[in-house]
Amino acid sequence: MADKKTELSPELKARQKAGFIEEWRKEMRKAIPVKERMKMPRQKMPEREADERNKDFEEVNLGLKAKEAVIEAKRCLDCANPQCVAGCPVGIDIPTFIKLIEAGKFSESARKLKETNSLPSICGRVCPQETQCEEVCNLKKATGVPVAIGNLERFASDVERMEGDVFIPKIPPSTGHKVAILGAGPAGLTVAGELAKKGHQITVFEALHMAGGVLVYGIPEFRLPKKILDAEIDYLRKLGVEFRMNFVVGMTATLDDLKQEGYEAFFVGTGAGLPNFMRIPGENLIGIYSANEYLTRVNLMRAYDFPKYDTPVFPGHRVAVLGGGNVAMDSVRTAKRLGAELAAIVYRRSRVEMPARIEEVHHAEEEGIEFHFLTTPTRFIGDENHKVKAMECLRMELGEPDSSGRRRPVPIEGSEFIMEVDLVVVSIGNSPNPLIGQTTPELEIGKWGNVEVDWDTMATNMEGVYAGGDIVRGGATVILAMGDARVAAGEMHKYLNGSG
Amino acid sequence: MTKIIRRERLVPNIHLLEVEAPEMARRCKPGQFVMLMPDERGERIPLTIADWDAEKGTVSSVFMAVGTSTQKLALLKAGDELPVYAGPLGKPAEIEKFGTVLCAGGCYGIGAIYPIVRALKEAGNTVYTLIDVKANFLMYWEERLKRYSDEFFVSSRDSFFDCKEYIPNVLEKVLQKSKLDRVISIGCTYLMYTCSEATRPKGIKTIVSLNPVMVDGTGMCGACRCTIEGRTKFACVDGPDFDGHAVDWDELFYRRKSYFEDEIRSMCYWEKESLLKE
Ligand SMILES: Cc1cc2nc3c(=O)[nH]c(=O)nc-3n(C[C@H](O)[C@H](O)[C@H](O)COP(=O)(O)OP(=O)(O)OC[C@H]3O[C@@H](n4cnc5c(N)ncnc54)[C@H](O)[C@@H]3O)c2cc1C
Ligand SMILES: Cc1cc2nc3c(=O)[nH]c(=O)nc-3n(C[C@H](O)[C@H](O)[C@H](O)COP(=O)(O)OP(=O)(O)OC[C@H]3O[C@@H](n4cnc5c(N)ncnc54)[C@H](O)[C@@H]3O)c2cc1C
Ligand code: SF4
Ligand code: FES
Repeated sequence: MADKKTELSPELKARQKAGFIEEWRKEMRKAIPVKERMKMPRQKMPEREADERNKDFEEVNLGLKAKEAVIEAKRCLDCANPQCVAGCPVGIDIPTFIKLIEAGKFSESARKLKETNSLPSICGRVCPQETQCEEVCNLKKATGVPVAIGNLERFASDVERMEGDVFIPKIPPSTGHKVAILGAGPAGLTVAGELAKKGHQITVFEALHMAGGVLVYGIPEFRLPKKILDAEIDYLRKLGVEFRMNFVVGMTATLDDLKQEGYEAFFVGTGAGLPNFMRIPGENLIGIYSANEYLTRVNLMRAYDFPKYDTPVFPGHRVAVLGGGNVAMDSVRTAKRLGAELAAIVYRRSRVEMPARIEEVHHAEEEGIEFHFLTTPTRFIGDENHKVKAMECLRMELGEPDSSGRRRPVPIEGSEFIMEVDLVVVSIGNSPNPLIGQTTPELEIGKWGNVEVDWDTMATNMEGVYAGGDIVRGGATVILAMGDARVAAGEMHKYLNGSG
Repeated sequence: MTKIIRRERLVPNIHLLEVEAPEMARRCKPGQFVMLMPDERGERIPLTIADWDAEKGTVSSVFMAVGTSTQKLALLKAGDELPVYAGPLGKPAEIEKFGTVLCAGGCYGIGAIYPIVRALKEAGNTVYTLIDVKANFLMYWEERLKRYSDEFFVSSRDSFFDCKEYIPNVLEKVLQKSKLDRVISIGCTYLMYTCSEATRPKGIKTIVSLNPVMVDGTGMCGACRCTIEGRTKFACVDGPDFDGHAVDWDELFYRRKSYFEDEIRSMCYWEKESLLKE
């Protein structure tokens, strides 16, 4: 359901142009000739040794140092027609933030980012830049190696945070309008921040005991440290956002109940929390987890520190992770860190079809993850204690392209073989969370269980109720969730003003 | 944070936990449960809602101290706070005028079944209540259950009650004498299983409140999956109530035991860390 890049809108074009013709930018362009810039090598993201990092949960990437970041920023040609901006789902003013880094104005660069991206320190770490801004970067066309836009985004926002220089905008006097945000994932957090800055009174209702959605229960510490997320939540608190944790909308109170309590506008950002299973024999054996369960146990409940923390997780010596997306990479790398001798991806298509970020795949390979492509399990086999001990698999080959444009995997007859495993993590996607739909009968739900919206405004069929992120898209990305949220926030602000 | 109003031992090993949760108290329905965490390092565990008071704004559960989380809970007192207390979760029990309904409960289920007994009576049913206790001193809430019961039976191995039987034997006897329209059973897995088996030959609809291991309790993880009539269901959102004759009991028994060794390790660690220090 995720949509592809768009042409720059007229406003975006005008904004780009205004920045482009500023004096300091002109001078900076003149200072180093394009040819020179094109010769500079892409600065490598410093990372911890594979053999050291695959044993703990500390962050893998260490972040560019200031010197490296400035060099990397110099590689950017500051194009008159910056393709990268069109490649970014939220249209970040990429050349300007990069040129601010080149000028050494790091905190200013971070603020520039925040004009369009509420969570740059997170997006800098988890966005699939190689298929977005970096894919269409003009430097890539010219030299084959794009500007490391993601690494620079991460750098600027990290510096701002680490220097305690986070800018808290002045909040206008309260408008008196109450807004309810359902779900504290990236979508909900973004709407909360945007509307709090407009002076509305925001309450975020979250079912779990920590805010962040997938960012806190799904994406592991080694890729997105909790302290980054904590800083973002802290920032929202400073903007006056109230968090109501352990509040399951639909159960603790319904959307209608909240309306009765005086909430005027709603944003549904409850994500795609329902794990899909393979529906093959033996799937309920002990030792078969959904990726959600596995990652929640380890990340949210800190099972990696069991028994200091009470929640256990099966360690697994031979672990198979089914799937080829980011969720699968996170699961398999987690298994390795918990001591697995064999930690393998089992994926029914081939390497090129894997939807995971390229960086994660590289990191996984370096860390000793095995990849079994064109393989699919057909049943799980248990021991006398009903614990999984093996799975029967089939080899596949690629046939005709399917509706997604990827070649459809077809089983090779008679190719069954047995793979011995003691832990399986099923990571074949999630569906939208059905709870809100079930408890809000008026709300229009699409055939995939998604909340239906008008894509221009993110409005649902219910007045004052907007939605965005995975609950409307199915499993998508952080940046798309945030893009939806920004559109919704703008419309909600208009709605509140009109009704006020 | 959720404040504890009362934590009191009802009988050996079984405790009452009453907390301040006004929003929840307004919405609780019989058969629903809460997810809670006893402390910041705790596990999220489910407990059935055994009572609530919408006016006072409190919600109560009855729990049996069996492992780390429940032992930790048993040491808390009024004024202490729980970092997680979320609910009410799960589908409410079906309450209608069925005719004659027998409610069978044991251990924590004696408390957990109370709202169902009450609601069934209020819906105009003839309610038989059957309680299993190992010994007479383990009986609690007898008075309030009797208040809503037309008949009250006990199965026990204690000579105090003049019956030395397990719950299915008593259930079978009741079945011989009276026509039941439905049986509802809550308690340990074995109790629910044996009640279901006792009613199977006569085909009397038997509802059980399944208790698989849970993590989030909102349908996000699938830890709680159970097989019902050959299909996988998530007990926390599709249940916890299911038709006892359709449950794959074997699977539930072994899945509940998945973490047996970890549970022992956890308890030893916690005892050493917190109890022996004092
Ligand atoms: C393991 C993993 C790795 C990923 N890696 C990447 C990556 O590298 N890059 C990338 O761009 N994307 C990645 N994604 C996808 C990305 O995280 C999601 O697209 C994004 O988080 C969606 O945001 P959201 O706000 O819509 O929903 P979510 O993040 O799912 O948040 C929804 C929130 O709503 C809460 N909620 C649900 N129901 C209720 C209710 N009834 N009441 C109250 N609260 C409720 C949930 O508890 C949750 O906190 C990954 C996903 C996973 C699972
Ligand atoms: C819907 C539901 C309602 C329940 N209602 C009650 C109740 O009202 N009173 C009561 O005393 N108990 C109830 N239980 C069982 C209760 O949740 C477990 O006894 C409790 O989690 C044990 O935790 P522990 O750490 O003390 O023990 P542990 O040593 O961890 O485990 C003891 C046993 O409890 C079960 N268990 C362990 N962890 C979990 C978990 N996270 N979720 C579910 N079961 C687990 C295991 O099968 C294990 O054999 C209910 C369970 C469910 C699913
Ligand atoms: S397309 Fe590449 S080189 Fe051009 S402005 Fe964007 S990042 Fe810089
Ligand atoms: S407890 Fe996680 S889905 Fe039921």
